[in-house]
Amino acid sequence: MAKVAVATRSPALAGKSVGGQGVSLKVLEPASRMSLRARPAAKAALSKALGVSLPEKPKTTTTKGGRSALWLGPDEWLVIDEAGGDPLADCASVKGLHSAVDVSHRNVAIAVTGPNAAATINAGCPQDLSLDAFPVGAASRTVLGKVEMVLLRTGEDAFRIECWRSFSDYVYGFLSEAARDG
Amino acid sequence: MAGSYRISGQGRLTPAKTARFTFDGKPMTGLAGDTVASALLANGVHLVGRSFKYHRPRGILSAGAEEPNALVTIERDAARKTPNVRATVQELYDGLTVSSQNRWPSLSFDVGAVNDLASPFFSAGFYYKTFMWPKAAWKKFYEPNIRAAAGLGVAPDQADPDHYSARYSHCEVLVLGGGAAGLAAALAAAETGVRVIICDEQADFGGALRYEKGAVIDGQDGWGWAQATVAKLAAMDNVQVLSRTTAFGYYAQNFVGLVERVTDHLARPGRDEPRERLWQVRAKRVILATGAIERHMVFANNDRPGVMLASAARTFLNHYGVVVGKQVGVYTANDSAYGAAIDLKKAGVGVAAIVDLRDNPTGPLVDEARALGIEVNHGRAVTSANGSQRIKSMTVQAKGGGAERTIAVDALLMSAGWTPSVHMFSQSRGKVAFDDATKRFLPGTYAQDCVSVGACNGSDSLEDTLEQALAAGAEAAKNAGAKSSKGVSLKVEASEGWSGGMLGAGPGAGADTKVKAFVDYQNDVTAKDIRQAVHEGMRSIEHVKRFTTNGMATDQGKTSNMHGLAIAAEALDKDIPQVGLTTFRAPYTPVTFGAIVNHARHGLFDPTRKTATHNWAEGHGAVFEDVGQWKRAWYFPRAGEDMHAAVNRECVTVRKAAGLFDASTLGKIEVVGPDAAKFMELLYTNPWEKLEVGRCRYGIMLREDGFIYDDGVVGRLAPDRFHVTTTTGGAARVMNHMEDYLQTEFPNLDVWLTSVSEQWAVIAVQGPNSRKIIEPLVEGIDMSDEAMPHMSVREGKISGVPTRLFRMSFTGDRGFEVNVPADFGRAVWEALWAEGQKHGACAYGTEAMHVLRAEKGYIIVGQDTDGTVTPNDAGLDWAVGKKKTDFVGIRGMMRPDLVAKGRRQLVGLKTRDPRTVLEEGAQIVENPKQAIPMKMIGHVTSSYWSENCDRSIAMALVAGGRDRIGETLYVPMPDGVIEVEVTGTMFFDEKGGRLNG
Repeated sequence: MAKVAVATRSPALAGKSVGGQGVSLKVLEPASRMSLRARPAAKAALSKALGVSLPEKPKTTTTKGGRSALWLGPDEWLVIDEAGGDPLADCASVKGLHSAVDVSHRNVAIAVTGPNAAATINAGCPQDLSLDAFPVGAASRTVLGKVEMVLLRTGEDAFRIECWRSFSDYVYGFLSEAARDG
Repeated sequence: MAGSYRISGQGRLTPAKTARFTFDGKPMTGLAGDTVASALLANGVHLVGRSFKYHRPRGILSAGAEEPNALVTIERDAARKTPNVRATVQELYDGLTVSSQNRWPSLSFDVGAVNDLASPFFSAGFYYKTFMWPKAAWKKFYEPNIRAAAGLGVAPDQADPDHYSARYSHCEVLVLGGGAAGLAAALAAAETGVRVIICDEQADFGGALRYEKGAVIDGQDGWGWAQATVAKLAAMDNVQVLSRTTAFGYYAQNFVGLVERVTDHLARPGRDEPRERLWQVRAKRVILATGAIERHMVFANNDRPGVMLASAARTFLNHYGVVVGKQVGVYTANDSAYGAAIDLKKAGVGVAAIVDLRDNPTGPLVDEARALGIEVNHGRAVTSANGSQRIKSMTVQAKGGGAERTIAVDALLMSAGWTPSVHMFSQSRGKVAFDDATKRFLPGTYAQDCVSVGACNGSDSLEDTLEQALAAGAEAAKNAGAKSSKGVSLKVEASEGWSGGMLGAGPGAGADTKVKAFVDYQNDVTAKDIRQAVHEGMRSIEHVKRFTTNGMATDQGKTSNMHGLAIAAEALDKDIPQVGLTTFRAPYTPVTFGAIVNHARHGLFDPTRKTATHNWAEGHGAVFEDVGQWKRAWYFPRAGEDMHAAVNRECVTVRKAAGLFDASTLGKIEVVGPDAAKFMELLYTNPWEKLEVGRCRYGIMLREDGFIYDDGVVGRLAPDRFHVTTTTGGAARVMNHMEDYLQTEFPNLDVWLTSVSEQWAVIAVQGPNSRKIIEPLVEGIDMSDEAMPHMSVREGKISGVPTRLFRMSFTGDRGFEVNVPADFGRAVWEALWAEGQKHGACAYGTEAMHVLRAEKGYIIVGQDTDGTVTPNDAGLDWAVGKKKTDFVGIRGMMRPDLVAKGRRQLVGLKTRDPRTVLEEGAQIVENPKQAIPMKMIGHVTSSYWSENCDRSIAMALVAGGRDRIGETLYVPMPDGVIEVEVTGTMFFDEKGGRLNG
C-alpha cells in the first residue's frame, strides 16, 4: 500500500486571542482529555496509574506535572493532560470498575486572564467567583450564558474554560463581548 | 445663569459647567448635574406633556423616580430614541434633544385635548362598556383605533445600536437605597469586612438629604456627610457602590435584579461602554432602605402645570438651585411642606400662603414659617387650582365650606404625607401590615432574609433611622459570618422630624362633584372614577384597580395607590385594611428590553454550532439549513443549478458512484462498563447481549408509554463498550433520558455514559464506489465483504489517524461512516474527497440524504413519527426483541389502545400522476366527495421527488394503513383532489441487493 498522507489537525479557533478591559482571552493548545468514571474501590489504583490523585472533594482539582484531575461529580473526573501524556493508556491496565473515554477533541479550552477575568466570566456564569468561594484550583461544571462549560481557576486572575467544540464560537464570542465591559 | 429661574448661591451645581439642550426644538441651557426636569424649570418651563387619556396639559410633579406626568422622548440619533423617559430621572448632557409627547400638532395646541371636553363619555370602565357592540366591530374598528390612539411616546423604528451588559454578583449584604439609612447600614456592615453592595437610583447618594437642609451628622451637614460616607465606602475593597442603579425585582432566595444606567447621562459614551448593565445579585441578607414617597393632595385640577410635590420644589431649590415660581402657594396636611415654604422664602421667593388642612398645626416648622411672615391658613383647603397651561391662582375655602378666596400663585406645592416605599419588601413576598395610628402600610411579616430600615420602615426621625440602620448593618454582617465587629456610631446633631398626613380626596373633590381631582395622573384616574367603580359594584381593591386602571401605569401608582385605596374604602364604608392593598410587582420602575436581553443578541442570541467541515462546505457552495442549533449543509448547487436540480444530481450520483455526507451532528454516546449490554437491553427494544463485538444494530428507544422516542445505529466495540448514535435533535435529551434511567431505575448496574458527540467527526461515504474511496486511506482494517460485512464496526487508522469505521447505510447502497477525532475531520474529509474525485463521487447534503432514505422507506424519528407512533405502527416490529421480558416501554406497548386495530400505520403513497409531489402534512381521506369537514384518516409525513425512481414518493400514517395496500385514497388540496395509491414503504431496490453492490 502506498504511503498515506497523515491528516493534519485543525483545532477549532486555533490560536485566537483578544484583549479586553483588564482581561485577555486566549484559545489554548490541544490537550489530551479523558472523561473518567469510577467506583470508589478503583480510585486508588487509578490515581496511581495517572500519577495524580483523584480529588474527592466537590469543586476541587489536583494537578501534577501538566496533568490535572477535575472533580465533576461523586464518581466523575475530567483529566486534562497538557504535557503530551496519554491518560487513557495509563488507565488501560487498571482492573477496578471504571470507564475511561477519550474526549480530547470534544473540548476546546480558552484561558481568561487579567484582573477582570472573574467579572468577565460572571457576565454569563452565576457562580460566586470570589477567591473565598472559588479559590485557585477550584473547578466546576457550570454554565456560561446559554451553554455548559467546565470552569477551572488556574490563578488568582486566571481561569481555564473548557467547552464543547461546536460551542466554542459562542463561548469565545460571549467572552469577547463581556471583556469589553471589564 | 443657565436659566432665568436659577438662583445664584443656591443648589450644588457648578454655574460654569453649562450644558445645551433643546426642548421641542427650542434651544435651552442647563447645568451639568441637572435632570431634564430641573433644567426645564430653570428655563421657566412647566408645561412638558399631555396626559394619556384627556390630553390635559401636564407639568412636573416630582423630582424622582415616582414621576407620573413629565414623560418625554429623548433622542441621541434616529436609532437612539427613547420614549416615556421621566424628565425627573434623565440627566442632562450637552447636546440632548428632548421632545414632549402625546400632543399634535404642538404641545400648547393639542387637537387631542377635545377628549377633555368629551370626558363625561370617557369615565371609568368606558372601554368595557362602550365597545361591546356590534361584536364584529371590535376586531375591525374599535381595537385598531383604540390602539392607534393609545400609548404615550412613539417607539423607535430602528434596531437599537447600543449594547448592554450583564453581571452576576454575590455579597453578604445588599443595601437597596443610598439615603441616610442605606449609607449608615452599608457602613456598619462594610466595616466588618464582609462584601457589601449598595445601590441607589440617583446619580448621587443622599436620598432625602438632597433637599432636607436641617440635618447635621457627625458635625457635617447631611449632604456633605452622605458624600463623605459614599467616598469612604467606595474606597473599601469589600464594597461595590452602584449609583444610577435601580433595584427593580426581588426574587426567590434573595436574588435581586438591579439595572445600572451606565451611559444615559453621558454626552459621548465610550465605544465599549454598555448603555446599561444588568446586575443579578445573590445576597445573604438584603437591607431595604428604600425611603418614602410623598403623596399629592387630591383636589380639583390638581394636575395643572406648576402644581407639584413640596419635596420636589425643595429639591429643585436646594440641590439644583432652581425656583419653581416667583409667588408660590402651599397646600398641605403635613409638616414637611413647611420646610419647602421656609427654604423658598429664605431664597427670596414669595410665598402667598400655606393652606393647612389640619385644624391646629404646631411644631418648630410651623413656628418658623410664621416667624418668617408666611401666612398660615389652618383648617382650610385648596378646592381648585385655576389656569390651564400653568396654574394662575388657587381657590381656598374653609374645610366645612363657606366663602371662597382666590389667591394668585404661579406654583402650588402640596403634601398629603409620605407613603413608605414597601415595593421591594412586598416583592420579596413579605406581608405588609396597616398601622392605624399613622395610616400607612409598613413591613409586617418577612418572607426572606431581609430587613427594612428608615422611612420605608416607618421611621419618622433621622436619629431613629440611623440607629435602626447601624444595628441592621452590623447584624446582617454578623449573621453572614463577619469575623470582626467594628462598631460604627453616628451622632445626629440636628434633624427635621415630620408628622401628619391624610389619605384620599380633600374637600372640594367630594362625592357629589364632577370636578377632575386626579388620583392617578399617568392614567388620568380621578376621585370620581374610583367612587363610580364602587358604585357600579366593584368591591375588591383589585377590581377597582382594573376597572379604573388606577395604579396600572408605568409609575405603578407610587403616588396614587394609597389615595385610591382610601377613596374606595370611604365609598365602601370600610376600613382600609379590609379593602386591602394591591400587589406590588416587578419591575419597580420600567426596565429596558436591552438590559434584560443584554448579551443575547445577534450572534449570541443562541449558539450556532458548526461541524469540522463547515468551512469546506461553505467553500464548495453549500446552502445550509438550521437543524436545532446546528448549521448543516443542505445541498451543494453547482453553477446554474437550483435546489431541485442539485438534489436530483446528488441523489443520482450517490446511487451511481458515491457521495460524501457530513453526519457529525448525530448524537454519540459511549456506554461503558461490565453491565453495558444489560443496560442497552433495558433502554432499547432490541436484543443486545448476543450482538458480537465488531457488529452493529439499528436500535429503537421507547418512552415509558410505548411510543418511539429515538433511533440510531449502535456498534459494539468491546464486550463492555458500545458506541451509540442518536438523532441530531435527540442527542441531548437521549443522553438525559438514559442517565435519568441509569440513576433512578437501574442504579445497580455497573455502567457509565459519556457523550462523545463532539469527539468524533463523522463522514458518511455512501454508494457503490464507497469502499474504493476509503480503502486506500485505511490502515489495519480489512474492508472486504467477508471481513467487514454490512452492519459492522472496526477500529484502525485512516489518513494516519484513529478511526471508528462503521459499515452501515442510510441510503440502501453500500455505505460506510468514517468516525475520526473532530480536529482531523476536515483533513480526512479532504483526503476522502480527493479519492472520491477519482470515482465520480459528489458531496451531498441533508436534502439528498432525506430523499435517499425515503426511497428505502427508512424513517426519520420526529418526521415520520410524532410521539404517538409505536414500533408496530412504523412497521418496525422486527426491531423489538420478541423474547425480551423487560425494557423501557414494554408495558406501554401492551396498552389496549396501542394494540387496537385501525391505528395509523406507516405506508407508502404513490400519486396516480407520478409528476405530482404531495405536500408534507397534507390530510388523507377515503372519499373526497363527502361533506366538509371530511373524515381524515391520515396524513403525509414525508414526500419528495425521486429522480432515482423517476416519480414522486411519499410516506404517510394512515388508519389501518397496511391493510389498505393497493387501495386508492385521496388528498384534498386547495386546488384540487390528488389521487394516491397505498403502497409499501420501500420504493427502490426492494430486494436490498445494493447494500453489497
